[in-house]
Formats: sequence, C-alpha cells, structure tokens
Amino acid sequence: MHRNIFFTIITAFAISFGNAQEHEHITSDLAASDLDTHEDEDINAVIMHHIGDSYDWHLFDWKGHPVSVSLPVIVYTNKGGLSVFSSSAFHHDDAGKEVVEVNGQRFVKYHEKIYLASQSANEDGVYLDLDEEHHALNARPIDVSITKNVASLFVTAILMLIIILPAANYYKRNGSGVAPKGMASFLEPLIVFVRDEIALQNIGHKHYNRFVPYLLSLFFFIWIANMLGLIPFIPGGANLSGNIAFTMVLAVLSLIIVNVNGKKDYWKHIFWMPGVPVPVRILLAPIELVSVFAKPFALMIRLFANMTAGHIVILSLISLIFVLDSIWVSPAAIILTLFIFIIKVLVALLQAYIFALLTALFIGQAVEEHEHH
Amino acid sequence: MELVTPGFGLIFWTTLTFLLLVFLLKKFAWGPILTAVKDREESIDNALKSAEKAREEMKNLQADNEKILAEARAERDAMLKEGRELRDKTIDGAKEAAKAEAEKMIENAREQIEMQKRAAMTELKNQVAALSIDMAEKILRKELADAKKQEALINEMLEDIK
Repeated sequence: MHRNIFFTIITAFAISFGNAQEHEHITSDLAASDLDTHEDEDINAVIMHHIGDSYDWHLFDWKGHPVSVSLPVIVYTNKGGLSVFSSSAFHHDDAGKEVVEVNGQRFVKYHEKIYLASQSANEDGVYLDLDEEHHALNARPIDVSITKNVASLFVTAILMLIIILPAANYYKRNGSGVAPKGMASFLEPLIVFVRDEIALQNIGHKHYNRFVPYLLSLFFFIWIANMLGLIPFIPGGANLSGNIAFTMVLAVLSLIIVNVNGKKDYWKHIFWMPGVPVPVRILLAPIELVSVFAKPFALMIRLFANMTAGHIVILSLISLIFVLDSIWVSPAAIILTLFIFIIKVLVALLQAYIFALLTALFIGQAVEEHEHH
Repeated sequence: MELVTPGFGLIFWTTLTFLLLVFLLKKFAWGPILTAVKDREESIDNALKSAEKAREEMKNLQADNEKILAEARAERDAMLKEGRELRDKTIDGAKEAAKAEAEKMIENAREQIEMQKRAAMTELKNQVAALSIDMAEKILRKELADAKKQEALINEMLEDIK
C-alpha cells in the first residue's frame, strides 16, 4: 500500500523525458571530453552542479540528450499569484534563453534559479540583465518549487514512514509480550540506543521522556537523508543533507526546542553567571548569549560541511580521470572513491548520531536544575 | 557563496515535512513502540524479580524442611532416650523388687530356721532334761539302795550347803 502512495507521488511529478535540442548539460560536456583551457573551471562547475539543487532529476544522458524527471515549479509573484508548471517547460535550458509564460508572468531559468524574465533578450539571446561577472540582476519570484532536494526530502519522509510504521504496527498487533521480528527487530536496538544513550544520558531521568520522539525522528531523518545522498541515481543522488537550508531548519528547530525548555538555572547561567565576581559576570553575559546561537550554528555547519565535503571528495576523485585525461587513472580513482564511499556510509550514521546527541546535550543543559553554587 | 546561501523553497518544505513527520511518527510510531518496549522491559524486570523471590522462598522452604527434619530427628532421639531410660528404670525397679523380695524371703527363711532351731533346742532341752531326770532317778535308785550310802550323800549335800 505504501508503495502505491510512493508511485503516485512520483508520477505526480510529471515524468517527462527531455528532448531538448540544445542543452548545456555539464556532465555530457565533460563526458564528451572536448575540454581544453577551461577544464578546471568546468570540473568545478560539474561538482558544484552535482552538490547543488536542480529543477529536474537527471537520470542519464542518451545519445547526447539528458533524460530526466521533470519536477513541478511552484512560484509566487505579487502580480501573477501562484504559478505552477512543469520544469520541462524550460526544455533543459539553464541559460535564461527559454521564457515560460504562466499567469501573465514570464520566467526564465538561469544557473538553476528562476528569474522574472526581462522584456527583451540581450545580444546572446538571454532574457536577463547580467553584470560583468554574469550574475543575474533580475528580480526573483518567491520560489517553493519541488526541486530535486525537495523531492529527495519527500522520498526521505516516505521512506521513514514505510520503514517505521509497519514496525509500530507490529507492536500494536502483538502487544509488548512478544519479541520483535522483522523491521521491528532492526529498529528496536536503535530506538533503545537513542532513548538510553542519547536522551537519557544527556537529558536526565526527569525530563528525557518527552524529547525521545523528537530525537528519534531527528536521528532517523538525518540518517536516511544522508544515505539517500550516497545513492548515485534516483531516488538518491540529491545532496539534501549537504544543503545548508536543510541543516539550517534542523538547527533552528534545535535552537527553539532548547531555549523554549530552558529552566531558570539555564538563563541565570547565561545572563548572570553564579559563582564569579560581578565584572566577570558582565563580561560573560554577551559571550554566553553568543554561545546560545553558536551551538546550533555549529550543528548546521557540521552536518552541511561533512556531507558536502564528502560529495566533493568523491566527485573530485572521479573527475581525476577527466582531469588527467587517461583511462589508466580509473582503477586508482575508483578504489579511492570506494574507500571514501565506505567512510561516507559510516559518516552518514555518525553525523545523524552526533546531531541527535548534541541536540540532546543542549536540551540537557537547558533543563538541568542545579542544587547549589 | 551560492553553496552557503539557504534557499527559501527548501527551508519551507523541510520545515513543513519534518514537523509533519515528527507529528505523525510521534502519534503513530514512537508512542506505541516506546510504550511496548517499556512495557516489555518492565515485565522482564518483574519476571526477574519474581524469580528471585521464588528462589528466596525455595531457600526458606528448604531451610524450613531442614529445621523440621532436625526437629524430627531430635524428637526421635529424645523418644529413644526416654525408652531406654524407661527400660532401664523398669529393669532396675524389677531388680530392686526382686532383691527386696528375695531378702524378705531369706529373712523369713532365717526366722523360720531360727524358730525351728529354737523349737528343736527346746525339745532337745526337754528331752535332755527328761533323760537326765530318768538317769538321775535310775542312779538315785541304785545309790540309795543301801542306807549307808543314803546317809553319806545326805551328809555330803549338807556339807555343800554349809
């Protein structure tokens, strides 16, 4: 049944295979190996393209044409209201040359971003005002499109439901008297680990219970998102957990949860540190206040940097083959890539653990009640 | 720079999806799973505790058995001892009684013997007396056959009285 939901959503993304005549797909440029002077820049672009977001989910290239799943573009403008259309309307154009007109609004796509198109094209046929460094100056609509990362986010969420709900049903069906089987037996040690080693250890006996569901959700969410990011093809391939927006949301939620649950002692330690002279207290207050925001900021950067760096390393190692322009480099490149991949599988779990652990630690500091000072 | 600029769309969808996911999982998954796991842990804990209790009881029972056995043994020993004592007492009593009886019988016998001895002696004395008197009579008759001798005798006797 879950599988049906999954496919319904996938088809709702309006699968359409690209048939663009002229495209700027960088992977095929690279594969064509006609790079000369701009080789390094192009490889940079390829890597950045791969770890960035995109409006369609690229599957593979067929006879020089990219084949991809087009995803819905959802944009909002004050004049035109909400506009929804398939990204296939751009015909794989990413240079701002193809104008799509919806609800009286004209949109172009340029470097995986949607802009409001200029009235007329410039001498290159681009409907944008560009500065000297080729940055678009046009206004952007409010963009809530189902991009590759958003689609990957949905896949992560659905995957979690598919994995976890049947396990929960097993307990509902059998009660607590029987030993876990199947998915439940896989999940139970992890759940008990999160509950005992992450929540209980760091938050303490009195308060830990109410944070366990959030920490469990956080742990599995990051883990599955990380693992999906490691799969090189659909339904993986998106760099969701290496996207700063994704990690920012989780970090901000941690910030909110920690500070909403902050007890009197927690705030006292921030604004009026007990046990030190008054001048030091005045000195410490701004530092402590900064640390309130620095902690979740570190959470955001840690997950983002770890996942993105891993992707960059893998892509760089594979790119060695093209940089050195020799097939004989491939064994070394592949072995090194495999090595990094294995480390990344570990890192995927480790980062999920660290994020949940540190969130629990910060919650623990916030709810802690000191007896004396 | 592009890499570290969070996009609004993904922020929006991540927040929405993740919060929805937390809500759904908390309601339909983590709640029941955590409750079930906790219940099972508690029931295992209880089972262990009751097993411990049963073992303790078993131990107590065993101690009780031991105690009862010891008591029974002590009682048996006491009974045996009592029996032995009773037996000894009975034997002693019987011996004592037999002895007393024997002594009594001996005493009786002795008294009888004494009595008979005395009777025999009396008879003997009587017979000796009678015999003596007889003999004396006969001697006297013979002695006093002539008058002279009678006179001598009377004189002798008078002499004696003097």
